[in-house]
Amino acid sequence: MIPGPFSYHRPASLADAVKLLADLGDDARPLAGGHSLVPMMKLRLATPAHLVDLHDVADLKGIRHYGSTIVIGAMTTQHELLVSGEIRQSLPILQEAAALIADPQVRYRGTIGGNVANGDPGNDMPALMMVLGANFRLSGPGGEREVAASEFYQGAYFTALEPGEILTSISIPVPPAGHGYAYEKLKRKVGDYATAAAAVVLTMAGGKVATCAIGLTNLHETPLLATDAANAVIGTSLDAATLKQAAAAAEAIMAPAADTRGPVEYRKHVGGIMVMRALQRAAGRAV
Amino acid sequence: MAKTHVTMKVDGAEVEGLVEPRTLLVHFIRENLQLTGTHVGCETTHCGACTVDLDGMSVKSCTVFAVQADGSEITTIEGMANPDGSLSALQEGFRMMHGLQCGFCTPGMIMRAHRLLQENPSPTEQDIRMGMSGNLCRCTGYQNIIRAIQYAAAKLNNVEFKEAAE
Repeated sequence: MIPGPFSYHRPASLADAVKLLADLGDDARPLAGGHSLVPMMKLRLATPAHLVDLHDVADLKGIRHYGSTIVIGAMTTQHELLVSGEIRQSLPILQEAAALIADPQVRYRGTIGGNVANGDPGNDMPALMMVLGANFRLSGPGGEREVAASEFYQGAYFTALEPGEILTSISIPVPPAGHGYAYEKLKRKVGDYATAAAAVVLTMAGGKVATCAIGLTNLHETPLLATDAANAVIGTSLDAATLKQAAAAAEAIMAPAADTRGPVEYRKHVGGIMVMRALQRAAGRAV
Repeated sequence: MAKTHVTMKVDGAEVEGLVEPRTLLVHFIRENLQLTGTHVGCETTHCGACTVDLDGMSVKSCTVFAVQADGSEITTIEGMANPDGSLSALQEGFRMMHGLQCGFCTPGMIMRAHRLLQENPSPTEQDIRMGMSGNLCRCTGYQNIIRAIQYAAAKLNNVEFKEAAE
């Protein structure tokens, strides 16, 4: 399987990359890790006439700590997230999720920017971005702007990105020290997308949930914030009845596709179980 | 489509070639360089048979374009023997522990295990299972592949290889 012909561009600066993408228009696609796009090109489901490889754009790399915010360059790989002391310290949920993405070889190439910007409902990072309150910095012919992760996803493969725009970095407010977190992902095998997955970030005070956010992966055409489910657990000690109530509230907003991972009813059912498990594990970690 | 000139260092040798942008790295290695130890398995980024070491990363060379590797340093299975031609610790481990049956997946297994042991010289069995999770063996000979990597790790660490109790 060999992709169709294309022209290859390797700009050395963000300005050059943005200009190329603007000039080449719809015939061009940015190339990050390439582990979603290249397989699609081999199947001829994607046939871009131009690829703009972002690997030489230094501005898109690196993990930086500014005050109470972590800024992650879009071309940071999943492997780099997994070995980063800064991420281990401040955003451990990203490491828990990154370790569940694809396999080691893919994680050396696959980037956080590609994962969040592609708009694939099966990608794991988008739900985490919503739970963490991340903002995406976008750069395009019209200049730079920021969009909240919670407003970025519009449908399967449809995002707030305008033609010619690329995602350059992700800003994530550091969750409070002692927060609890968990990403629970049910998948059939290593490398598979989630049958259902839930992300939880919470804080506890006096044995009760003080704050909570819950995100859902691959249970709708976009990642979801399960706000009613999160509100249902605040002020509780996560007793069995509350957990069931949260799962039911989360299931109420799920609309997964029926596919080889199972029928709709099954995926919603296990989605609820992922929510309960993630809540319990997050609470167990909170101090 | 116009061809692009690429140069890279493969198994210690400076090489060059003309490639179309769409030429996959695995095809450049096998067809232009005639290094056919790197195998084309699934062609869909799943099986890991085409794994090579690219600038210190294990990558599936069916999912990287040769133009992307321009200027980089690559090690393939053909570069894994010791300089005197004797088997490296990993190659010896696969031989001694019967870490291959049909052998098709073996080049990718050894290349991935090579990077795994560079990053984690004393992996637990679980570390090996997770670290090798991007490589499939259709003979399903995984137990002996794990033993082969444990053998190599012991040899590289100058400690005696002890088989875990069944």
